[in-house]
Amino acid sequence: MSLVIQSLPVLLMGAGKTLQITALAVAIGIVLGLTGGLCRLSKRKFFRFIGTCYVDFFRGTPLLVQILIVYFGLPQILRAIQDHLAQAYGFPVIFHNIPIFVASVISCSMNSGAYIAEIFRAAVQSIDKGQMEAARSLGMTHAQAMRYVILPQAFKWAIPPLGNEFIAMMKDTSLLSVIGFEELLRRGQLIVGETFDAFTIFLEVAFIYLVMTLAFSRLVDYLERRLKTGD
Amino acid sequence: MIKVNNLHKRFHRLEVLRGIDCEIAPSEVVVVIGPSGSGKTTFLRCLNLLEEPTGGEVVVDGVRMTDPKTNINQIRQEIGMVFQHFNLFPHKTALENVTLAPLRVRRMSPDQAHAIAADLLAKVGLSDKASVFPAQLSGGQKQRVAIARALAMRPKVMLFDEPTSSLDPEMVGEVLAVMKDLAREGMTMVVVTHEMGFAREVGDRVLFMDEGLILEEGTPEQIFTQPRNERLKGFLSKIL
Repeated sequence: MSLVIQSLPVLLMGAGKTLQITALAVAIGIVLGLTGGLCRLSKRKFFRFIGTCYVDFFRGTPLLVQILIVYFGLPQILRAIQDHLAQAYGFPVIFHNIPIFVASVISCSMNSGAYIAEIFRAAVQSIDKGQMEAARSLGMTHAQAMRYVILPQAFKWAIPPLGNEFIAMMKDTSLLSVIGFEELLRRGQLIVGETFDAFTIFLEVAFIYLVMTLAFSRLVDYLERRLKTGD
Repeated sequence: MIKVNNLHKRFHRLEVLRGIDCEIAPSEVVVVIGPSGSGKTTFLRCLNLLEEPTGGEVVVDGVRMTDPKTNINQIRQEIGMVFQHFNLFPHKTALENVTLAPLRVRRMSPDQAHAIAADLLAKVGLSDKASVFPAQLSGGQKQRVAIARALAMRPKVMLFDEPTSSLDPEMVGEVLAVMKDLAREGMTMVVVTHEMGFAREVGDRVLFMDEGLILEEGTPEQIFTQPRNERLKGFLSKIL
């Protein structure tokens, strides 16, 4: 029992990191997702193609693999390009590695963005066709109609699934432990390495995840109910 | 005001409009009647290019709508439209529904847009509902807000697509009353409707459509009392 209490401050710091990276990933993911979702809805084939490639790749491959590509694969390529530039044109060599935090943010937000793109696409498509027609009949351009009429309504419908995405991402950030990002699970692993009490610590880690996910799913439920009853 | 030449519209293999010709004068109120599936709604939607014609041309206020070089957003500002299902913006109050286009499209000052919207809501008898969201309005009230919203752009033509068809019977009157006022003020109107009373009382001309063609047109008097076309006779016998 004392181990549980002793390890708690360290684990809670890890949980703080988990929340931080999740919030950052989902925030950037919303921007990426809005862009990706609008690409998927575009009339132009080129944009649809880009959007589809993005969504398919990041939803169709494991987040763990994406993390490894960003943290180990990307720097390798960047170093190779840099070496080439240094040799050919005498560019200075400044880049060595992607910091763990940056790699974590990039991989998680790219992944989250793909799921959020689908959330936005579905939300926009769920808006009655008559809304766009009414807006256009008043002389609005397609972009104006999107901005003032369609998207504000779509955002409302997107809030509950966005909340679920946040919860899913919170759990998925545990994968960042493999590159040594010191979020909740990684902190737990480090304590297990010292104390050899895997059962207690990992159960404690699981419990902390559970408290966070339950808290957020309650929040999502509450928002959902409020949205249903009116504006 | 509106000139339509040999208008065709097909959806894949289905030919909905098969050559419509018609001319509508300023301040004229034209009522389009016909059985469902006759193409009257499609015809109306071709007038502001919500439906893109597959053949023929539409000229509104001297602007060729069907010319690809025409700025369609610009000319749509002059053509108000009222829909069967209202299509109010549910995230905006009644007043905001009316001010949105003047603010964003006409780039009016908020004060000016607000004043115009308040006037129009008063005109349709809904001053007290300005700050209410559409979800809290009755069908008839929604449709009157929708009319005010269209009028806020100061259009030269108003298109009505079965404006009373999704209303409870007791609310039809209030919407028709607003439309009658508009007609009296000299608005050019094209109205697709099943309200034969309205057609008779307010219409300057009635078009009878079936199977994508205008089969007969004339004054309400002629259409309702001396129909010549057999299908028009059949149609009238069923609804009158």
